[in-house]
Amino acid sequence: MVEARSLAKTFGSVAAVRSATFAVSRGEIFGLVGPDGAGKTTIMRMLAGVLRPDQGEILVDGVEVLREPERAKRHLSYMPQRFGLYEDLTVGENIFFYGELFGVTKAERLERTSRLLDAAGLVPFQRRLAGQLSGGMKQKLGLICALVHTPAVLLLDEPTTGVDPVSRREFWSILYDLRETGVTILLSTAYMDEAERCSRLALLSAGEIRYCDTPARLKEQMPGALVSIPSGEPRRLRALLSGQPGVLGVLLMGDRVHVRVDDRDRRTPELVRLLAAQGLAGALVEPAEPGIEDVFVALLGEREAA
Amino acid sequence: MNARRVRAIAFKEALQVWRDPRSLAVALLMPFMQLILLGYGVSLDIKHVPLCVYDQEMSQQSRTVVDGFLSSGWFSLARALPNEAAIRTAMNRDQCSAVLVIPADFSRRLAMTGRATVQGIFDATDVNTTNIAMGYAEGATARLASEFESKYAAAHGVEPSAVGSVDLEPSTWFNETLDSRNFIIPGVVAVILALVGAQLTSLTISREWERGTMEQLISTPVTTLELMAGKLIPYFAIGLIDAAFCLGAAIFWFKVPFRGDLFTLFVTTALFILVVLGFGYLISVRVRSQLGASQIALLVTLLPTTLLSGYTFPIDQMPAPIRAISLVVYARYYVSILRGLFLKGSGLAGLAVPFAGLCVSALVILWLAARAFHKRLD
Repeated sequence: MVEARSLAKTFGSVAAVRSATFAVSRGEIFGLVGPDGAGKTTIMRMLAGVLRPDQGEILVDGVEVLREPERAKRHLSYMPQRFGLYEDLTVGENIFFYGELFGVTKAERLERTSRLLDAAGLVPFQRRLAGQLSGGMKQKLGLICALVHTPAVLLLDEPTTGVDPVSRREFWSILYDLRETGVTILLSTAYMDEAERCSRLALLSAGEIRYCDTPARLKEQMPGALVSIPSGEPRRLRALLSGQPGVLGVLLMGDRVHVRVDDRDRRTPELVRLLAAQGLAGALVEPAEPGIEDVFVALLGEREAA
Repeated sequence: MNARRVRAIAFKEALQVWRDPRSLAVALLMPFMQLILLGYGVSLDIKHVPLCVYDQEMSQQSRTVVDGFLSSGWFSLARALPNEAAIRTAMNRDQCSAVLVIPADFSRRLAMTGRATVQGIFDATDVNTTNIAMGYAEGATARLASEFESKYAAAHGVEPSAVGSVDLEPSTWFNETLDSRNFIIPGVVAVILALVGAQLTSLTISREWERGTMEQLISTPVTTLELMAGKLIPYFAIGLIDAAFCLGAAIFWFKVPFRGDLFTLFVTTALFILVVLGFGYLISVRVRSQLGASQIALLVTLLPTTLLSGYTFPIDQMPAPIRAISLVVYARYYVSILRGLFLKGSGLAGLAVPFAGLCVSALVILWLAARAFHKRLD
């Protein structure tokens, strides 16, 4: 459904995207994950046909984006990272405007609008100016405007950044419904819990796709195993454990510390003893399943993933 | 061109203008203020030149002279001066810019020889005003002279023509019926429409860039032509309203005689508005900040339009290179069309040359504007 082959884009002397190749099939929710500046937005813009790559090819729904960007645009909807709607227009007027641009019939527009507004919890705000909506409502409105026609491909650039948890849940439930109807969704995100919800992920670092697989298989690729230690002083613990024999990496996860070790059965008692020697007797060292963040840091290294 | 998309853009743009106080002010308030400023501020006529009178004779004859000056309407009496020294004081204190001195022997000389002299003293710090005031004074003197002449002839029983020795026709004759306002106001209308039109559309594309709405807009199937058409339509309507306001004010408020036909006025005005809107749009595409675009639109429109459109300075008096440059100042074509329509009552046929100039300007600018915009971020 979406295919990118050796995409590259340089801004001045900075290579924003080096050589990105990936393919997304129909009905997938494909996530581009990476730190700020990894090239997520640049890839999104190239896919949307608003930025020309220096080299490479893009196919969206069978249309070559570089050769026929305008035809490709009829098959896709793009929601930029920065809120792209008119703040001096109301919710209803924004939806109407985008519906007209995509040639949606009135009946379709009304049907979809009422369904989407309902799902997004925006029904009472139809006559409110978009500029007076909260961050989460703005993003949901952006999604509605992107969905007022039936795109084959939906491109969402960090759609839930700055969005409250309730709105995020609503947002994702709309995305899951969409996937059921066969829409292909590409989204970029810096949230690891969100990455976990995608059917496939591309891990981006410094303009390159370093790994691309399902979340489950990415976890299998993680070298070593994980133990989790709850702690009131996670930073002290990290300093203590880093560089110990068998410890491959230490990651702070709120009030816990994730320690990646080469051999869990062998290192767990060693860690317990070490902590006891440091006056932390009775510390719990529990086996843990890796999250995407653990995988990401393990695969890309702490500095690149930060 | 998809009519529905054009309509959607036009509707959206109209809503935005309606809700944006700054755009509304530019659209409706600016022409009004400029009309007042330019319509009243710029006038080549000088009326009521403050005049001090030092009447040394204080006779009925000398009073006739003073009345003759004042009744012309060009002069108004500032002060009557008691002595010679008061002249300098009055001039120094800017109480008057002209002094009329009537000598003590004025009536006696007039009765004896049929000729007499009055002295006019002019404050020449403003050369232009002085020249005009001097012209007025000569005009007033000439009228008085012809009156006195016929009286003298009647009194001495000679034919007025036989007196002959007094040539009372001044060499610089200001035609008092030629009101420069009639000449200026049509030009003012052209300047205002050029300024306001370019201001209006200079914001339209840059606003989308600045507010971050452009990225999403260019990801839709809307074409550059549809975008331009949709964006120009609401401003075209505003431009027509502004034009109706300015032209109406010219005719009914400033009382400039309109001798042409309304059809020609409408066609040429609509065409001119299209040109200025296209020009503003072109700037807006090039400059991505609203402030920058509006500043450039102001600068690029104001100077050439006021200096090179022939609105105040006649183009055929300019040196050849400047004349050549003025060919691209599209406002000059509309200025000549308006003058032709207002003062001469020319029809479209009589205005063929400036009309052709306007058509070419429209084609070139709209072509450039249509090509300037690319649906890309880089």
